[in-house]
Amino acid sequence: MTDITSRRDPHAPGVPGVPAISLRGATKRFATKDGSAFTAIRDVTLDVAPGEFVAVVGPTGCGKSTTLSLVSGLEPASVGTVEVAGQPVEGIPDGVGYMFQADAVLPWKNVLDNVALGLRYRGLRRADAEARARDWINRVGLGGFEDRYPHQLSGGMRKRVAMAQTLITEPTVLLLDEPFGALDVQTRELMQDELLTLWSGSGAACVFVTHDLTEAISLADRVVVMTAGPATVKDVVTVDLPRPRRVEEIRLTPEFIQLYKRIWDSLREEVEITRARGASRVA
Amino acid sequence: MSLDTQTRPTAEPQQVPAPSPTFRLFRSRASRRRSTVALVRVLLIVVWLASWELAARTVIDPFYYSMPSQIWDRLVDWFTEGTSMGSIWSNMAVTLEEAVLGFVIGTFAGVVLGIVLGRARFLSDVLAPFIKGANAIPRIVLASLFVIWFGLGMSSKVATAFVLVFFAVFFNSFQGAREVDKVLVDNARILGASRWAMMRTVILPSATSWILASMHVAFGFALIGAIVGEFTGADQGLGLLINHAQGNFDAAGIYAGMLIVTVLALGAEWLITRLEQRLTSWRPPSGSELARDL
Repeated sequence: MTDITSRRDPHAPGVPGVPAISLRGATKRFATKDGSAFTAIRDVTLDVAPGEFVAVVGPTGCGKSTTLSLVSGLEPASVGTVEVAGQPVEGIPDGVGYMFQADAVLPWKNVLDNVALGLRYRGLRRADAEARARDWINRVGLGGFEDRYPHQLSGGMRKRVAMAQTLITEPTVLLLDEPFGALDVQTRELMQDELLTLWSGSGAACVFVTHDLTEAISLADRVVVMTAGPATVKDVVTVDLPRPRRVEEIRLTPEFIQLYKRIWDSLREEVEITRARGASRVA
Repeated sequence: MSLDTQTRPTAEPQQVPAPSPTFRLFRSRASRRRSTVALVRVLLIVVWLASWELAARTVIDPFYYSMPSQIWDRLVDWFTEGTSMGSIWSNMAVTLEEAVLGFVIGTFAGVVLGIVLGRARFLSDVLAPFIKGANAIPRIVLASLFVIWFGLGMSSKVATAFVLVFFAVFFNSFQGAREVDKVLVDNARILGASRWAMMRTVILPSATSWILASMHVAFGFALIGAIVGEFTGADQGLGLLINHAQGNFDAAGIYAGMLIVTVLALGAEWLITRLEQRLTSWRPPSGSELARDL
């Protein structure tokens, strides 16, 4: 188990000594259409300290995203406990932000209204919400695009809107489900840098799900390797690369490459299992 | 003049946004095509009306089939002298009021119930067979019942229009509420949306295109409901006028009434299209709309 106090960011919000996220033996089963149970994740135990950035990697479709659903309260755990800031998760916990893989901004609202959405839901007056939204729009580099609708923006710009929409609520727990998966490589690297910059001041605990190992190591303090589905924690690797990081540069350092090899060794088996299953299904 | 729609490459493609010679040529070609289309349409109407008129004066019996000049005379008569049932304007106003009331109430009820049931799975599972059963009833027959219940006045027609409109709108808004993107709902939940805020900012806007699509059909239904209601028993309205014309073997009167109803329906259709454009301005222009803009 990780020593929470030593990794703790001194400026991070939350209760000292209490992990921001705590999963204990969490298992999630879904009922399939034919009535049988499908196990997405089994017996996942993981702590994330306040202010810590954890990346979760695993083979495609292994159930990584389900872990985030449990933490966010979108889905209840079938077995085990899930706690956010020491409180068991029932419904959506306070202070949770979630960036989805798919476009989740409302297509019928312009950039300003989309970014202000979380504050409006929380009952803030329109003028105040819009003032803060404008500030966030500038911080994600979309100044001047306040009146545009999502379909008038590029994929990268829509991700910026989603990022501002999530971060404006000042989450203490930030969940990211392959948020940049659909972007081209250059835009993705730009967005990764952007995310690190915005996160570094916030002190939020981050869980970033991805199947891109480079992305995981560039961003995270720890990389969690999941097994082939039903997923459970296979390996946890600490990434002690210095911050602040520039993702384009850090991936060329020898330390990075060493970490990459170390984690890939662990991940490769699982990827191969998944591939073999896929092949047998096709055959 | 030709109907040739192909645009041949007339010059090198140019990147200038201002009207370049190529663009102007393209536009003049497009506008020429538009006026050709309009001209051919007018020509079709002229040919149709002229052949009808000619046939009625020579071969067929205008007593049964009437003819354009008679219909025109009847319209002029109605609008200048008034009808046997009073002023044409007041008759139009009555029918329109019945249709609009039935349309508004029916649309409102259809949207509210459709969206609520669309999001409440238990309730919709319970009510599904009843709703399907109610939809299978030949509802136009209810007009007779409504005359007994509500009398010859306006309310029985509003009720007939309502039952026709309600189901058309209900099924579409139900479907629309069901098909909301789950990611949008999850995202709004995480951002802290209450049930009501979720309905207002996510479910309803998402279902809007479904609802608007049904509203085009629904206004037609509302007019049918009002007119059939007037057929069944009324003291005023276009349906009564048409029914009266039928009683007098006045084919021209039936045609004239039909024509007025058609114009009303087209006017309403135009208004609904405008509303649709306003409410869906956030949407990217679809392929067909882009094509029309050319």
